[in-house]
Amino acid sequence: MSYFLVRRGIGFVLTLIAVSVVVFAVMNVLPGDPSLTILGIDSTEEARAALRERLGLDEPVVSRYLAWTFGALRGEFGTSYAFDVPVAELIAERLPMTLSLAISGMALTVVLALVLGIAAAARHGGPGDWAIMLFSQLGIAVPAFWLSMLLVLLFAVHLRWLPPGGFPGWGDPLAAARALVLPTVALALVQSAVLARVTRSSVLEVMRLDFVRTARASGLPRARVLWRHVLPNALVPIVTIVGLQFAGLVTGTIVIENVFYLPGLGRLLFQSIANRDLVTVQALVMLFAAIVVTANFLVDIAYLLIDPRLRGARA
Amino acid sequence: MRVPFNLALGAALVALVLAVALVSLVWTPHPHAALDVANKFAPPSAVHWLGTDQLGRDLVSQLMVAARNSMAVAVLAVGIGCALGTGLGLLAAARGGWTEEAIMRLSDLGFAFPALLFAIMLAAVFGPSLPNVVIAIAFINIPTFARVSRAAANQVWRRDYVWAARAAGMGRFAISRDHILPNIAAPVIVQMTIEFAVAILVEAALSYLGLGAQPPNPSWGRMLSEAQTLMYLAPQLAIWPGLCIVTAVLGFSLLGDGLRDITDPRLTRVRAA
Repeated sequence: MSYFLVRRGIGFVLTLIAVSVVVFAVMNVLPGDPSLTILGIDSTEEARAALRERLGLDEPVVSRYLAWTFGALRGEFGTSYAFDVPVAELIAERLPMTLSLAISGMALTVVLALVLGIAAAARHGGPGDWAIMLFSQLGIAVPAFWLSMLLVLLFAVHLRWLPPGGFPGWGDPLAAARALVLPTVALALVQSAVLARVTRSSVLEVMRLDFVRTARASGLPRARVLWRHVLPNALVPIVTIVGLQFAGLVTGTIVIENVFYLPGLGRLLFQSIANRDLVTVQALVMLFAAIVVTANFLVDIAYLLIDPRLRGARA
Repeated sequence: MRVPFNLALGAALVALVLAVALVSLVWTPHPHAALDVANKFAPPSAVHWLGTDQLGRDLVSQLMVAARNSMAVAVLAVGIGCALGTGLGLLAAARGGWTEEAIMRLSDLGFAFPALLFAIMLAAVFGPSLPNVVIAIAFINIPTFARVSRAAANQVWRRDYVWAARAAGMGRFAISRDHILPNIAAPVIVQMTIEFAVAILVEAALSYLGLGAQPPNPSWGRMLSEAQTLMYLAPQLAIWPGLCIVTAVLGFSLLGDGLRDITDPRLTRVRAA
């Protein structure tokens, strides 16, 4: 058990290092002069030389990479060219937006998917099952950004119940919550389509097992068997997919924040691309990739903890 | 054998989208980029079947050309990713040992980058363009196909006829080409169909974000991002490109599910039970 934890832990750290090398390589070891990209072709040679000096571009690549990684470990990502403040400050300012969107989206995803998946499994083969699977199939095919637009058309343009986008700040909690409703629903509907399918097939699989038939035969009511006996045993694959989906959800926020003009990390990423603010882009791409790697690692660990049979298996 | 419903519907939708994309190469109702500002926001009519957009361009023509772009990106990107990934998977299975270990660890690294994030990074450095979208999606597909083909190939390598071929002195490369590849085709093709659906979604999202097809080259995603600014004025423009995306993605994902059902007997049994 501990052997696997150590092995996975080492793999996790190595993956993070490899990811940082790839991100740094793509962003830095490229032909061309970043100072020219940033300042434009009308800039003077002195201005470019000063910027190169400020960015440390005259240093060898390896020492720049090491400076970047060790800085990132201390929470220092350099200074944004566009905003002229530390990138760490920009990230700290926008992180709450992205996190609240991701967490509320995940919560709604799990609730929707469990309710729909279990309902479909309980009505296996009937019209209810069929309708829920149709929803799930459609949910997989609908792009989140288009769903967002349809929700805006209905709830903001026609019914005028909710704002079409933008964020009023955390000062007014009610207005902030209202601004988050449509983005959360758009994220969750798409994600829960996949999870509902997994939940349904996992529950169906457990429902076929002998101990469930025994429980039913000994007179326990259907609902009790479903909630007390079937669900706990069906949870393993569900938890795995939830973990993997969290990674998808976090990158999903990049798109959704841009649809709804929410001031989170995804919006910052796009502003930075438009501003040619490569230092900020590099930090954000690394941060998103690190979140994905960490989520995958935690899923592996959770899987080992939940299912003892896997502990003996080769990784 | 009865053709499953999902396979039939998926194949029909895919055929429809492919047919529209191919027809757009030789014919569209109007030139897709022809401006007619006097006729902007025209309602559907005999001349403009779905009406016109904010610059008077014919909507049907734009949707048709966008279908071509979307299909081209998906076919190229998944094709490249599948060729390289399957090659690596076959190599891993044939060589085993540290080669296999290295290829599989590298493919783990690929999974750290969601396609969208990788494409965003490329766009930030090289500038937004459709070729960069193809590169990003292709790159993301390599580890997926490496895994699928390696797992399938490892099973085939254990079969008796492969042992017989080895005993007869056939080389690893020749065995991979003549015996392994034909026998792992089914799971690889199923995976390709599913990855087509993913590629169409990623291309649409990138174009929506302004990182894909550049004007005047139409794309469903970019049409939607233009429609978003006109939502109060012309909500109908926000409907059609989205329906096209859903049709294409639904088609490929149903086709993939259907193909998997008929090629993988284990899953069919679970489903039938």
